[in-house]
Amino acid sequence: MNQQVFKAKKKAAASGHRLLKKKADALKAKFRDYAKAIAATKGNMAQDTKDAFFSLTAATYAAGDFSGKVREGNMVARIRVGAGVDNVAGVKLPVFTEIETGAVGQESLGLIGGGSKIAQSKEKFNALLSSLIKLASLQTSFVTLDEAMKVTNRRVNALENVTIPHIEGILDYISRELDELEREDFTRLKKVQASKEERIKEEQKKKEAEAKGLKAAGIVPKSSNPIDLMGEEGEGDLLF
Amino acid sequence: MVRPPSFPPTSTITSNPLNPSVLFQSEGKLVAVIGDEDTVTGFLLAGCGHRTAESTNFLVVDEKVTPIVVEEKFREFSTRTDIGIILINQHVATNIRHVLKDYTETIPTVLEIPSKDHPYDPEQDYIMQRVNMYLGGGQD
Repeated sequence: MNQQVFKAKKKAAASGHRLLKKKADALKAKFRDYAKAIAATKGNMAQDTKDAFFSLTAATYAAGDFSGKVREGNMVARIRVGAGVDNVAGVKLPVFTEIETGAVGQESLGLIGGGSKIAQSKEKFNALLSSLIKLASLQTSFVTLDEAMKVTNRRVNALENVTIPHIEGILDYISRELDELEREDFTRLKKVQASKEERIKEEQKKKEAEAKGLKAAGIVPKSSNPIDLMGEEGEGDLLF
Repeated sequence: MVRPPSFPPTSTITSNPLNPSVLFQSEGKLVAVIGDEDTVTGFLLAGCGHRTAESTNFLVVDEKVTPIVVEEKFREFSTRTDIGIILINQHVATNIRHVLKDYTETIPTVLEIPSKDHPYDPEQDYIMQRVNMYLGGGQD
């Protein structure tokens, strides 16, 4: 029956709503964590960059301007990022991991002087780069989570405010209609019974009227037996 | 060394398969840098620079470089498949804010970093705006 179908639908919608709500809550918690982590990392990053630039300035002071040298020539990236996937409540979050390819960079830098300063600066920028890669992961996750959260919330709200009320409306309509049918049936039955009773009454009346009529005619059905008997005897008489 | 189990091969595998460093290209994405001279130098020093016959993955922005060039470069970086992260100086990012606003992809990720002359201003960073908006109510 349709009512059963819609009852099942309502149940499904309700459980879906519950699950989605749980998911939204989980996402929200994670989202908060990420937001906090980003806020903290960005704060650190400001300091890290400052340090890194200072060390670069120191290196430039010690070794002369080597920035042109760094940028010239053929080069192969030594640090790359790999993309992994993290899973939060069914939402896939991209995660960057640092990969050292082992490609050889320019080793001739700072041979004339300031080599150690350059190395220090290199170290600093390496650290900065790793923290930036982490930050990029966080940021990507943050954006993805943001998107996922919006979608989930939209679904939760749609279930809560559109789908479930809709199903409830249908269920309400069905039960009203069923009630109506029942009432109709009841009325019909009553009507049938009433007409039956009337008929019975009428029949009884008819019978009574017949009985009365017979009585009035002087023939009492009960006391007619002896007459009948007599009549039989008379007939018998006729036969013999 | 962490190697991801599967990763789409990048498109820059160009020449000389015998060179091991070229083979390495297929196992990770690049970090692109758009910024002033010091920023680019620093990150190249750290080893994220990559130059092939066709292109580089960094752009030095000085006063001679117009925002249009930066914009073009950013578009190029953001559409290249071999780039995973784009680092961009905040003062440069501010100049092409309209492009960044329209950029909605998750990968490559755009990361705004401070430069030597321009300290970091969290107010201008879109992500930080979101974060602050979210944490703003109850920062604990």
